[in-house]
Amino acid sequence: MNLWTVQTLVPLPVLVPLFAAGLALALHRYQRAQRYISVVALSVVVVAAAGLVVAANDGPVVIDLGGWAAPVGVNLVADPLAAIMLLVSSVVLLCVLLYSMAQGIADGDDRTAPAPKDAKELRETLEAQDPDADETGRRDVLPVAIFHPTFLILAAGVADAFLAGDLFNLYVGFEILLAASYVLLTLGGTSERIRAGSVYVVVALLSSVLFLLAVGLVYAATGTVNMAQLAERLPEIDPGVGLGIQALLLLAFGIKAAIFPLSAWLPDSYPTAPAPVTAVFAGLLTKVGVYAILRTQTLLFPANEKLEAVLLVLALATMLVGILGAVAQDDVKRLLSFTLVSHIGYMIFGVALATQASTAAAIFYVVHHITVQTALFLVVGLIERRSGTTSLDRLGGLATMAPGLAILFFVPAMNLAGIPPLSGFLGKVGLLEAGVLDGSALAWVLVVGSVVTSLLTLYAVIRAWNKAFWQPCPDERRLPPSSPLPWGMVGPTAALVAVGVSLTVVAGPLYDYADRAARMVMDGHTYVEAVFPDGAPRGTGQSNEVTNDAEEDGS
Amino acid sequence: MIVLDNIPSGALLLAVGVLFAAGVYLLLERSLTRVLLGFVLLGNGANLALLVAGGRAGAPPITGTDDAEPMSDPLAQAMILTSIVITLALVAFVLAMAYRSWQLHGHDEVQDDLEDTRIARLAVEDAPSYADSDTEETGVTLDEEAVTTRDEVALPDPVTEPRGRGGDGA
Repeated sequence: MNLWTVQTLVPLPVLVPLFAAGLALALHRYQRAQRYISVVALSVVVVAAAGLVVAANDGPVVIDLGGWAAPVGVNLVADPLAAIMLLVSSVVLLCVLLYSMAQGIADGDDRTAPAPKDAKELRETLEAQDPDADETGRRDVLPVAIFHPTFLILAAGVADAFLAGDLFNLYVGFEILLAASYVLLTLGGTSERIRAGSVYVVVALLSSVLFLLAVGLVYAATGTVNMAQLAERLPEIDPGVGLGIQALLLLAFGIKAAIFPLSAWLPDSYPTAPAPVTAVFAGLLTKVGVYAILRTQTLLFPANEKLEAVLLVLALATMLVGILGAVAQDDVKRLLSFTLVSHIGYMIFGVALATQASTAAAIFYVVHHITVQTALFLVVGLIERRSGTTSLDRLGGLATMAPGLAILFFVPAMNLAGIPPLSGFLGKVGLLEAGVLDGSALAWVLVVGSVVTSLLTLYAVIRAWNKAFWQPCPDERRLPPSSPLPWGMVGPTAALVAVGVSLTVVAGPLYDYADRAARMVMDGHTYVEAVFPDGAPRGTGQSNEVTNDAEEDGS
Repeated sequence: MIVLDNIPSGALLLAVGVLFAAGVYLLLERSLTRVLLGFVLLGNGANLALLVAGGRAGAPPITGTDDAEPMSDPLAQAMILTSIVITLALVAFVLAMAYRSWQLHGHDEVQDDLEDTRIARLAVEDAPSYADSDTEETGVTLDEEAVTTRDEVALPDPVTEPRGRGGDGA
């Protein structure tokens, strides 16, 4: 087999970060080496993902791992949906990595942790005694040695979840990224992070068990966990059993994606983590859940009107409850966490309508939202750094103190609220159009609901902008000593904001791409034919002949 | 050949049900250690469900052996093995977290959501959630509250108060 085909690219986003994670852990004493390893690894992933986006344009790229043919072996499938998600997530991961590195380098003084006073004093004395000492004595500082490997494992898990061609591999991908996220969320083990982490971990564990149970039921019902084969077999099973499995999968993914009744864990747990960690969680982790819902709803359970109606109602509830929560918040991080929940509703809206246009709009919206939400959280990290707090009551006067920061916050905030001509507006218009085309009463209610949510989002972010940037600073004495923000942190943030804006510029091609991605997952045969070429019951792995022979011997 | 038995063993199914019921019950407890036990039971329940999904036990799934008995399904067992490994790793993590919680607070109970507590308190006082004024401050922020908040179960106890940074900020 020729090694240098386009298929070679498919496993790279999973393999490279995993190997790099091992290497980074082995070299934990050499922080500089760790940084190079992580940056190079994630850059390779970005390049591979970009290659896959181009390659998948003509049709899904499939690789059978270990040479075992598809339904028996495990395969990775990079169809346009997976490829575009992979590209956006790897760009975001790289930006956040650079940001967190700059934060770690610039100082040992991590204001992201609302540390108890005595710990702060302790750390200050430590710093005064020995400025060059390593971080071990300073508990509320990112422990760099663990951060890099864990972050890389998170990247590998996210990539594995996107590329997984069978349900069990999707489960494994989820577990990899969740295990890494548990470590990242409780970094440093401070009191608040342990408190927030317990809730997060317990909820995530429950959803994982539900997912595993669903995989077991799928296997019992169909005798396979390969998604392409499931797409063929699931329509043949008893509809009641199918509905049960679908509901269980939706429940498991719904917890991960933070859909309304299952979203209460999110605003409580995310804000306590260090700023870059919160940013990457907010941008990616819930979207992996949304991706899993998209994948299963479109590929495995293409038509089920009952559950689609339920999903529509849940989408509406998610939007409204989330945004009303955001309006009532005083802390910017929590405010953004609530808008995150709220805007998950838009994506579920697109998935629930289950037309090609709505799915394309949902894919576009996911891409837009990953970049914008991550950028906003990174900016909040900068705000916290500049003014020492994220409470809107305490913030103020930032427009004069840090005009650049004001712009960096304003652009993604407007993008999130959906002000024309930014990409948030385009995504919302796509969803509204799909909703109007659907024409049912429920779809119209959702159209109205999403407009209201959009306006309330505008209100929430403008209120945050007014209080943090526009109002005079309520108490100058609380401000930490003025120091310029390190370029290493501002640069990646600005880059991500720029990516968000550039999505508007390339919206035409991107929307076309999303449309093609939606068509390929929804038409029901492109994906299956890519995995089982020429109508064969097996994939293209080298084991093909061996297994066929064995089957003939056995029968 | 792999033969899926259509009628799974009732005893195994019952065991799955019992494991899940007990697991969910334990998961609803406040103490992380009990939550952990609940997760272990749930994980075993899910693994057992996978085993049931794999059909009846049979001969070892190795081709080339002249066994008259039908083979058992290796895929289900491979999946169970994977999930056992994952469960083991997560159990280790939760144990570490419970231990850290005990180090910090002298107990391993999951605290209430701070905002829930605050909203409940404000509802009792019939006070607005925030005063939207540009000049006045509305008291402590949630972050500051997080440092000092103790649930009713977490009363400081000199006997159980551990060494080190225990009860920080108190």
